[in-house]
Amino acid sequence: MLQELSWKVGGQQGEGIDSTGKTFATSLNRMGYYIYSYRHFSSRIKGGHTNDKVRVSTSQKGSSADFLDILVAFDQETIDFNGHELHAGGIVIGDAKFNPVLPANIAPNVRLFAIPFTKLAEQSGAVIMKNMVALGATARVMGLDPKFCAPVLQSLFGRKSQKIVDQNLEAVQAGYDALDAEGADFSEYQLAPPVPDNHLLMIGNDAIGFGALAAGARVMPAYPITPASDVMEYLIKKLPLVGGVVVQTEDEIAALNMTIGAAYAGARALTATSGPGLSLMMEAMGLAGMTETPVVIVDTQRGGPSTGLPTKHEQSDMFAVLFGNHGEIPKIVLAPSTPEECFYATVDAFNYAEKYQCPVILITDLALSLASQSVKPFDYDAVTIDRGRLASAEELAQTPQGQMFKRYERTQNGISPRVFPGQKGGIHHVTGVEHSEIGRPDEVASNHTAMMDKRLGKFRNVELPNSVSYSGDANPDVLLVGVGSSAGPIAEALARLKQEGLKVGHAHVKVLSPFPAKTLQSYLDKAKQVIVTESNGTGQLLHLMRFAGLAHAEMSSFLKYDGTPFLPNEIATQVKGSMLVWQR
Amino acid sequence: MATVKEFRNNVRPNWCPGCGDFAVQAAIQRALGNLDLEPEQVAIISGIGCSGRISGYVNAYGFHGVHGRSLPVAQGVKLANHDLTVIASGGDGDGFGIGMGHFMHAARRNMDITYIVMDNQIYGLTKGQHSPTSAFGFKAKTTPAGNIENAISPLQIALAAGITYLAQGFSHDVNQLTELIQGGIEHKGFSLINVFSPCVTYNKVNTYEWYKQHIVHLEDFPDYTADDRSAAMAKVAETDGLCTGLVFRDDTRKPFDQLIQGYRPEPIIAQDLTLERAVFDKAMAEFA
Ligand SMILES: Cc1ncc(C[n+]2csc(CCOP(=O)(O)OP(=O)(O)O)c2C)c(N)n1
Ligand code: SF4
Ligand SMILES: [Mg+2]
Repeated sequence: MLQELSWKVGGQQGEGIDSTGKTFATSLNRMGYYIYSYRHFSSRIKGGHTNDKVRVSTSQKGSSADFLDILVAFDQETIDFNGHELHAGGIVIGDAKFNPVLPANIAPNVRLFAIPFTKLAEQSGAVIMKNMVALGATARVMGLDPKFCAPVLQSLFGRKSQKIVDQNLEAVQAGYDALDAEGADFSEYQLAPPVPDNHLLMIGNDAIGFGALAAGARVMPAYPITPASDVMEYLIKKLPLVGGVVVQTEDEIAALNMTIGAAYAGARALTATSGPGLSLMMEAMGLAGMTETPVVIVDTQRGGPSTGLPTKHEQSDMFAVLFGNHGEIPKIVLAPSTPEECFYATVDAFNYAEKYQCPVILITDLALSLASQSVKPFDYDAVTIDRGRLASAEELAQTPQGQMFKRYERTQNGISPRVFPGQKGGIHHVTGVEHSEIGRPDEVASNHTAMMDKRLGKFRNVELPNSVSYSGDANPDVLLVGVGSSAGPIAEALARLKQEGLKVGHAHVKVLSPFPAKTLQSYLDKAKQVIVTESNGTGQLLHLMRFAGLAHAEMSSFLKYDGTPFLPNEIATQVKGSMLVWQR
Repeated sequence: MATVKEFRNNVRPNWCPGCGDFAVQAAIQRALGNLDLEPEQVAIISGIGCSGRISGYVNAYGFHGVHGRSLPVAQGVKLANHDLTVIASGGDGDGFGIGMGHFMHAARRNMDITYIVMDNQIYGLTKGQHSPTSAFGFKAKTTPAGNIENAISPLQIALAAGITYLAQGFSHDVNQLTELIQGGIEHKGFSLINVFSPCVTYNKVNTYEWYKQHIVHLEDFPDYTADDRSAAMAKVAETDGLCTGLVFRDDTRKPFDQLIQGYRPEPIIAQDLTLERAVFDKAMAEFA
């Protein structure tokens, strides 16, 4: 029995490929299996190949599988484009309608089954249910009860009409029976029963939206962009329930300036964008830093530069996020690596923003933002709201008549009391011009130095908790360093290498600013060799490490920038190929 | 109740003597003093330019942002706390050059804020370049041979964008300006008060005298009722945009802030931010 299985469905965009993958993944997730599902799509709505690769496992996996067991195809292009991923003995199920054939470069013993998806769907009531027929055939291969997707179909269509649910189930059964009639042996694809466990299925962007909701966010101005839009689409459904609001602005410049306005006035506010929008936000990000306004900015990295690869994966905004705005401001950059971390990091982002009174950027990558993954339910009690240093009523009452409140009072730790418009005794000025303690423009040399020290000093010698995670051998021959969604494939590569008897370690950077130099160096010190694994063409993370003063005699980059995330095998192979020390 | 005095502060503006912006400052202070408001209930958000300094020259909460972006910030403030009286302000370059996109969208979005533009048809702070409202043929540092671009009409753009309160004033007439600003603040929706506010240092064409000679007063047209958008368009065209007074007003539309789905009368900043466990659990169950 298999502990895991990799399945892919493909066809033309607009054909319901997404919903097929989603129904499949959600159904299995509800049964207790762990899911990792990654969509391949392009920047058009109708037409163009799309596919959804779903990994089903009895234990948690943070990455797509290296190979494919089952490929479900709605057109020949799907087979030609994805066939090479099938391992020997893999299964292809295609719609008989297009007379599927296997390409020449296919692995040995791959079996092709032509099932009349479209015809059977028609017989069940409607062509659109051809996806259900495909799920039925899939169920037959995997030894699943054809009713495995009944609960999900019930929640999808049950409220509309029971008839739709029944027709869909009929279509699933028809697909099941049609493949069964082929009399083939699928015993090697039987999936082991799941270990009963309760988990959710979500994309990183959902977790960010949910995190913002839980953290008390109330205002989200944003401009749509892939792969960030889901965050605003989630919150536009949720914020009205709690008295909050999402505004679709005219551009990202407006989005961040409006976020700043809302935060200045006392709301917890966020915006979300991707590369092109991030570039437009740079001036306002500087304003937030200069005026010490707590805003949360989500940057979901996609392929760059320029419009780049809007629907593909990359990790190439790190420099832009850290160094993109002019002048020098303090900022926090959090880089979660799983949907769970997205949730808790979003909560942290709001608390840090208000504690340190600076912009907090939550940086993700496309794979993290958009891949559906099984996650443990979030802990309500772990969500706390800390609004930072707010001026008390007594303090405000002490503001002398006719004088302004010292909103930018120079303090030991650089953090000054905040006050919101509307509060008596709190009137002060805010400006992006260098200013005095009451916020008046003040260009005197000594004042500028003092105010720069106040702002930048907030993070002098600060390392935020959980800035780096570590697993693996304590004194590894090879240490892998990564950031973002590569945590999953690195962890898996590590496990395989370990099984082969290699001494490997994995340090994952979860905070890019303030950079956890000390902790990371301590891991470097224990390793014989360091490989920094990242999805970009210039090795930004490695540069950041060097910039922060980190050093190691044997440190190199493993880069990938073809628009697809790392697979475990690629990393394992790279490590073995470049290892300096072999102790096997 | 605060009077005009409470809206004055002890800061001396760094404007050139004679600059039109002094009158705008005075009119804002008077308008606020005439209304039943306390200084802390008012937030003035301004852009960058000589005019942009205004947020520091009125005793109220003031926010001086970046060039051209006063409107997005002001709208954010209003979203967070709709109990505040929110005024956005800046120059013609700030509002109709770099910030033009925000201006049109703010007008159509129709939040309850008041936008005051000090239009001197020049870039003052950067020392005399032409602006989007500079006339064709106008000579400035960046148009030594005369402006070869046409001036935009902020009033017509505002009308086309669906503005619900539109007025134009002149720094020479503080009384009228005060009334127009007061009307804009009282109006429930987005208002623009465009003010001819001469730059005495860099604009030697559009001087106080020039405006006095060219401006017509809408009050002088007894038939003009300022409640018809196309009539307003026509009047602006007819006067070449050189009219003062109330140009247009529509009080029938609800402002954005009240149309928000799930609108609550208490402002966002008064809410308890803790998410109820039941809402949390329900949201989580959606991912099962
Ligand atoms: C993004 C950006 N570009 C350019 C500038 C330089 N700048 C400052 S004020 C200004 C124009 C000011 O003209 P206007 O808005 O008409 O204001 P005025 O000084 O005439 O009152 C410019 C171009 C800037 N501060 N920011
Ligand atoms: S330069 Fe012009 S706009 Fe600026 S303060 Fe002087 S007169 Fe006023
Ligand atoms: Mg100007």
